[in-house]
Amino acid sequence: MNRYYDFAPSGLSRGWSAFRGWLGGLLDNKPTRVALIAVGIVFVYALPLLNLPVITTSGVDFGGVMFDAAAYALIAVGLNIVIGYAGLLDLGYVGFYAIGAYTTGILTTYHFHWPFLLALPVAIAVTMLSGLILGAPTLRVRGDYLAIVTLGFGEIIRLVIVNTHWLGAAQGIDNIPAPPNIGPNAPGQGGGLFQVPHLSWGTFPNIIDVGHKTPFLKFGPIDAIPFYWMIVTAFFIVIIADILVKNSRVGRAWEATREDEDAAELMGVPTFKFKLLAFALGAAVGGLSGAFYATRNGFISPATFLLLLSELFVAAVIVGGAGNRWGAAFGGVLVAYLPDRFRSFSDWRMLVFGLALMALAIWRPQGIFPPRRTRRALAAEAQIEELEGEAVDV
Amino acid sequence: MSEETTDTRRALLEVDDVTIKFGGLTALDGVTFDIKEGEILGLIGPNGAGKTTCFNVMTGVYQATSGQVRFAGSPLAKMQRHQITKLGIARTFQNIRLFKTMTALENVMVGADAHSKVGVLNALFRTPRHRRTESAAIEEARELLKFVGVGGRADELAANLSYGDQRRLEIARALATKPKLLCLDEPAAGFNPAEKQRLMELIRKVRDRGYTVLLIEHDMRLVMGVTDRIVVLEFGRKIAEGTPAEVRENPAVIAAYLGVEEDDDDAAS
Amino acid sequence: MHTFTHQFFELTITGLVLGSIYALVALGYTMVYGVLQLINFAHSEVFMYGTFATAWVFVFFDQTGVNSIGGEIGFLLIALVVAMLVSGGVALLLERVAYRPLIKKNAPKLIALISAIGASFVLSEAMGLRDRIAAWFGLEDNLGNYVGNARNNYTMPVQINPKGLFTIGDYTVTDIDVITIVAALGMMFALQVFVSRTRFGRGIRAVAQDPESAALMGVNSTRVIQLTFFLGGLMAGAAATLYMLRIGSTRNDAGFIFGVKAFTAAVMGGIGNLRGALLGGLILGVAENWGSAFLGSQWKDVVAFVLLVVILLIRPQGLLGESLGKARA
Repeated sequence: MNRYYDFAPSGLSRGWSAFRGWLGGLLDNKPTRVALIAVGIVFVYALPLLNLPVITTSGVDFGGVMFDAAAYALIAVGLNIVIGYAGLLDLGYVGFYAIGAYTTGILTTYHFHWPFLLALPVAIAVTMLSGLILGAPTLRVRGDYLAIVTLGFGEIIRLVIVNTHWLGAAQGIDNIPAPPNIGPNAPGQGGGLFQVPHLSWGTFPNIIDVGHKTPFLKFGPIDAIPFYWMIVTAFFIVIIADILVKNSRVGRAWEATREDEDAAELMGVPTFKFKLLAFALGAAVGGLSGAFYATRNGFISPATFLLLLSELFVAAVIVGGAGNRWGAAFGGVLVAYLPDRFRSFSDWRMLVFGLALMALAIWRPQGIFPPRRTRRALAAEAQIEELEGEAVDV
Repeated sequence: MSEETTDTRRALLEVDDVTIKFGGLTALDGVTFDIKEGEILGLIGPNGAGKTTCFNVMTGVYQATSGQVRFAGSPLAKMQRHQITKLGIARTFQNIRLFKTMTALENVMVGADAHSKVGVLNALFRTPRHRRTESAAIEEARELLKFVGVGGRADELAANLSYGDQRRLEIARALATKPKLLCLDEPAAGFNPAEKQRLMELIRKVRDRGYTVLLIEHDMRLVMGVTDRIVVLEFGRKIAEGTPAEVRENPAVIAAYLGVEEDDDDAAS
Repeated sequence: MHTFTHQFFELTITGLVLGSIYALVALGYTMVYGVLQLINFAHSEVFMYGTFATAWVFVFFDQTGVNSIGGEIGFLLIALVVAMLVSGGVALLLERVAYRPLIKKNAPKLIALISAIGASFVLSEAMGLRDRIAAWFGLEDNLGNYVGNARNNYTMPVQINPKGLFTIGDYTVTDIDVITIVAALGMMFALQVFVSRTRFGRGIRAVAQDPESAALMGVNSTRVIQLTFFLGGLMAGAAATLYMLRIGSTRNDAGFIFGVKAFTAAVMGGIGNLRGALLGGLILGVAENWGSAFLGSQWKDVVAFVLLVVILLIRPQGLLGESLGKARA
């Protein structure tokens, strides 16, 4: 069997499934569901203002950390299309992140002076196109090799950047502009349409911290929160698109291809076309997050786009639960957030992360939040095996 | 003798002097026969006779070393497998190959999607066209599930269905691709006599709906009971062709099956 | 172009030398893949531990005075044995901790890959944090020479200067070149004989061909898998010593790119095929050198990866095909 998603049932999943059952029951009621989702969305937007104890990072700007977490979540959702839906192991995803960032850098400052909002769609289109160009030859090689070929491509993209003057070479590209500010921007006054105060939990009862406000919407180097709002908005848009596409013929074709490529082909699914589509869509989302990274950071260099990052992205998807968009997003947040939250152990974080990956592989291979399907299929298989004693094999 | 009865109907699929060699091994040797529109043709033979190879060349999985397979007059060679499906050949698998993590309904819808032209953009903007094809596919899939007899379990995962229902679901999925020719690869494997009886009824029902059926099967009683015509292979060659009654009397067939009527080994691949 | 014609022999010969080191590491990937159909992502770290073991042996004997191969040959042999054992040991550990629990559960490949990536992080970081780990045991002072400056380049205490032996074209072949090629080919030959002629080797081939029948025939697949990892580790250790002889310094992340290239070599030759690993390694080494001559040395790695992609597209089974099961001497 050459499939990637044959999971043995895990004992640990039972507690989770009880919890999910409860949550699912709650979500079955439509008004409750709408209300809960609305509260959830507001909470996500407000998170960096709340300065919640425990969650908030010390020593690192929490808004910046939240931006990174959201960026990783976005990347993980994009990569989930490739790995989780289409079952293609892409170890070179960082390449698309880089292409998105560099297209933005080149268009906005290095060779042209386009505004960011104009460069953004072009960056997405260029990344998507590069996904098609890289995918067309590589997606024909079989699964195991795809991993190594994509790894190679990811590294080639970085090396090409390092060695090409037109792309800024090893020094990178500086002064990438932020998105345009909204509202007045008088110097010294913070600016923005209005200003949103933060909360402070230092004294009880907690009070609104009037001395600490985030202008709406002013994109500057000091306050990362407007960037966070921007990327969270993009994240929700991508999630909605993801839901629409997954729940259609396209999603069915991906799933069928992932489950049994030959059978899918013989049922009339042009599997290559759909794999290429998944690759291109995943690339586009990677490019989108790359563009955001470029504008938030203002500076990009090839040193950012190491292969190691690709491994982290893949780990995020698998840790969260490949095939489940929310699981993948959660994995992305974890991978970005944990190292910053535990900065005091920063020397040890990669070691601990490695151990966590190994532990996860052994004890919860389907990820923290596996797709509902996988869970149901697992339960069904376990049940059937119990009933029949042995698998029927012809 | 049988020629008289078949002459009146048009040949849907023609296997014309097909030879297949794997390395030094000749799996099929100059096999010629055809399937007429609207009939149920049985393809039988002892193990290793080349049934599965023949099946695979007819569904475009293998390319013939020499000779030609024509479907409705046009040759299949060099065509991609999903194009062959669109042309009108559908199949089931000897060892069930459903999409296990998808529901029964979705499995059938994958088949129904074969003729859909809805892409990402239609899905993304939920265009009327998307809604139309989607609801048509759902309706069609439900109808087919009911037709094969698993209508009540449409929303269960394929992996969750019983063995017999999984086999029937495979037939529904194949029919959803709107084939002219339905190829069944040992659909009765692992069935008890009662299930076999139901399957025979289903195959007849399929034919009565206007499909042409190719049946590869080990179970002689089933083949004899349901087919209009039978082609017998042995060692990669066609040794007989005719109605069930004719084939049963054919000395070459009797010789080929002598001592091997008790074969429940499906090692042929 | 100019560089290429002028240095043709140098480029080719040093390419072959480097290629034979790739080939030794590639053997580990190819054998594990042949038996388990898994990409052992952490094999690069197995190699990296070998490079440190080599350097430590020289530190241990405090070799600062002698600096030619003649004078170092004894230590070099010790280093070779120690590096092979260290790498073999790490490979065994890797198999036990990162793979066996998954193989037992028949876990999907993607999960094995995640486990391997995790193990790779752990091994690499543990080496990068070796000063801190030694400090736990209060040994950082005693072991200062071994663990100090853990995140930076760790250099051999001796710079072994190559001595010219004879000339081919316009390139003077050195003793290091000869030793590398002879040692690498010797190791590979020994491995080939082991796999094709011994009882253990038959076990490996049987599991590679058909694990289920092998199990029915009484082959202990756990032992076979262990042996496969160990042999791959031994080869990586030998490669590590030869690498240190040439390069002279290493780092906790030195394995990664080297490993990817060695894997490239394995795939190019035909994964699972021992002689394919040799061929792939040699081609890769030479192609890298030629490519750098044409395009500039900064494009060296790009050449390697492009070559991989091209070969996979034209001949996905690799140059010699995939066949650990059918390996013959």
